[in-house]
Amino acid sequence: MTYMTQTLTEPRAGLAARLKLALAIFALLAVVPPLAHAMGEPFMIIIATRMMVFAIAALSLDLILGHGAMVSFGHAAYLGFGSYAVAILSRAGISDLVLQMVAAVLASALFALVTGAISLRTRGVYFIMITLAFGQMAYFFFVSFSALGGDDGVALAARSTVLGLPLLQGETGLFYVTLGLLIAAFAGLYLLTRSRFGRVLTGTRESALRMQAIGFRPLPYQLTAYVISAAICGVAGVLLANQAVYVSPAYMSWHRSGEMIVMLVLGGVGSLTGAMTGALVTVALEEGLARFSEHWRLGFGLILVLVALLSPGGLSGLLRKFNLLRDDK
Amino acid sequence: MTDALLQVRNLRKTYGALKVTNDVSLDVHEGEIHAIIGPNGAGKTTLISQLSGQLRPDSGTVIYTGQDITALDMAARVRMGLARSFQLTTLLPSFTVLENVAVAVQAREGSSFRFFRPASTERALNDQAMECLNDVGLSGTASRLAGALSHGEKRQLELAIALATRPRLLLLDEPLAGTGHEEAAQLVDLFGRLKSRVTMMLIEHDMNAVFALADRVSVLVYGEIAACGTPDAVRNDAKVRAAYLGEEEVA
Amino acid sequence: MFNLFLLQLLNGAQFGILLFLVAAGLTLVFGIMDFINLAHGVLYMVGGYVMAMMMGTTGNFWLSLTLVLPVMLVLGLALEVLVFRRLYDRSHLDQVLATFGLILVLSELVKILWGSAPLSVPMPEALSGSIALAGPMRYPVYRIAVIGVGLAVALALWFVIARTRVGMLLRAGAANRAMVSALGTDINRLFMLVFAAGAMLAGFAGAIVSPILSVDPGMGDSILILTFVVIVIGGVGSVKGAFFAALLVGIVDTLGRMFGPILLKALMDPAAAAQAGRTIAPMLVYILMAAVLFWRPTGLFGRSVAR
Repeated sequence: MTYMTQTLTEPRAGLAARLKLALAIFALLAVVPPLAHAMGEPFMIIIATRMMVFAIAALSLDLILGHGAMVSFGHAAYLGFGSYAVAILSRAGISDLVLQMVAAVLASALFALVTGAISLRTRGVYFIMITLAFGQMAYFFFVSFSALGGDDGVALAARSTVLGLPLLQGETGLFYVTLGLLIAAFAGLYLLTRSRFGRVLTGTRESALRMQAIGFRPLPYQLTAYVISAAICGVAGVLLANQAVYVSPAYMSWHRSGEMIVMLVLGGVGSLTGAMTGALVTVALEEGLARFSEHWRLGFGLILVLVALLSPGGLSGLLRKFNLLRDDK
Repeated sequence: MTDALLQVRNLRKTYGALKVTNDVSLDVHEGEIHAIIGPNGAGKTTLISQLSGQLRPDSGTVIYTGQDITALDMAARVRMGLARSFQLTTLLPSFTVLENVAVAVQAREGSSFRFFRPASTERALNDQAMECLNDVGLSGTASRLAGALSHGEKRQLELAIALATRPRLLLLDEPLAGTGHEEAAQLVDLFGRLKSRVTMMLIEHDMNAVFALADRVSVLVYGEIAACGTPDAVRNDAKVRAAYLGEEEVA
Repeated sequence: MFNLFLLQLLNGAQFGILLFLVAAGLTLVFGIMDFINLAHGVLYMVGGYVMAMMMGTTGNFWLSLTLVLPVMLVLGLALEVLVFRRLYDRSHLDQVLATFGLILVLSELVKILWGSAPLSVPMPEALSGSIALAGPMRYPVYRIAVIGVGLAVALALWFVIARTRVGMLLRAGAANRAMVSALGTDINRLFMLVFAAGAMLAGFAGAIVSPILSVDPGMGDSILILTFVVIVIGGVGSVKGAFFAALLVGIVDTLGRMFGPILLKALMDPAAAAQAGRTIAPMLVYILMAAVLFWRPTGLFGRSVAR
């Protein structure tokens, strides 16, 4: 899958700068709730929570798409599995967040294991399309799931509890739990991509032939990454359901999957900081534009087209252009 | 006499009507440098690809250390010590030079299903990788990105990676192609030194290098072995001169 | 029962033909330019809206249908020159970004211009009747006309691809992209032509379907994904593959929705069968696609990847 290397080559020296940027973003996020309260704009907390939920999802996608060159067009399915894990378990009387997350992770991982094993037989455009097909399957499954509202989705009775505590009932509580998980996801993936495993994964992205010629079979590594990525995205789904107190198949439509790719490309593929930033900016942009006009999609679409035409490499490409992320040689 | 390290028997591969490999049988003995020469389009790279497991032959067998490996894939063969270098440089461009080699060491040193410890801090991997870089004379560029190397340096790196797999038999596909005069001389020197550790099969157009290095030479013409023997015998073979060497300046 | 089957078979074929009209251009774009175009479904939608608008002004079905073609051709050319052309050499991801953006832009423009409510286009007088099938069953003439027109387009495309110089380039391009790139300057004109023709066919499909279905902003989305399924099952770059896959998908989808629950009822109790049928029917084509790719990772008529 060499077709991606053009945007993927990540200059080494930019790494430290990216990590600093990520830490700065975390610090900035941490002060959002007090700031929002002080400004008398509590809805900012809700929007920031949404931004972070999608940032976790985008981070998970970057593991396979950015580091593994597996362009999945069905990743929103795992947002759905996570969300429905909350809906189904809470209806069965299990409202504990930890248990719901375990269920979401298991369901997502299992679906990814089966569909990933089949999808990874294909390459390039075919891989993109088969992951899309599996995403659609999951989507239609929940659309026809009339016990849970089918097409319309279903409202949750309440947010999940954490070990019996109503930690998520307030927006601030949910915000900090989400931030904590975002940092955990970032840190985990940061280590993962630099580990032996991550090295094999990125090596396969660069040249599968080279990796085979030194004795690796790419498939087990790619499939493992695919499963890990799905599991993390499932966690994001759990948070999404809690944030909206509502679950719907719309979370897993192909539009969402496309949007997740858009977040990554906007931020810069193959860089965790880029993926996270891309998601934060995308959601903020959507929410911001939606406040201006009901036709905000027109403006948002134009921005996407212009970024694609003018700035290969997304935001980090742009920053590099202006020398804000220096890459020494 | 003991069995050869690599025994190729009746190997055939066709693309449509074109017989790229036509009933090729040959032996590579432990400790020798066996050169394959032949005009462009004779099927040399296709032959190496079948020996390395990248390409499946239509029929025939490949026996390595007494085992039939015809059905094994490239990764399995590499793990048995049968490695190759590529004619078209195949590197990991966004990895550093050291990492390109270290990942090859990693392939044979313990599991790669390790998820948290940074691989770049593993001394065992880096030390062995450095040794391989020293061997090919690239230790000064260890921290540069592989994609930023000069063409000649890439050829050297290609070789260092192959060495890092600890090969018993190394298939070299035109290792000197595109190298400068000095680099080529260095590499020829290196192959001479490696000879005591590694058996080599060498595809090369540089006849000076071939006749300086090879213990035996096989001549491949239109997918068939036209001659096989010592460099002197091959050089003086009338059939070979007519088919191939006649076109070139013979040293 | 047999009549119902025949009726649904015809509906499936008619749906398949529509899918083919949309897929024919897109499979070439995928195959020859290696270009991921998500915005192709939107062109189908725009075709429907242009048709509705033309009907509003001229009141004449045939004139409107004829006018849709040049409008879509020009739109296709404009998009090629303004956007697509600049992205051929870029990664698939940049193409996804740009064409995803285009979907948003064009859908929103349509909503601004015509509103979100579905529009309907009246059927032409001459084709509004129905003809007798076996027994008491009748079938609408218009749908038969759609099938006929689709087959005619398929035949014309076959002629172009099998018999003309452009077709030779297209076939060469689908088999080996590097070969076409080696042909030099001709290639830019070929790409433009493929894009514009693809846009025209997709718009034409949107226009002829408008009297059967209503025209609404979401119509492009649903057909786009099914078009992908068709292209992938048929093999990227193969118009012949797209034709057979389109019929297959159209028929499987239509029959599955109709007969899936009926067949399941023979196996389980009615309520469960109804639920299971509703669940499985829309998933059927995706299961079909996954199955095809499992056994033939490059589709039915796709070139196999050298190993």
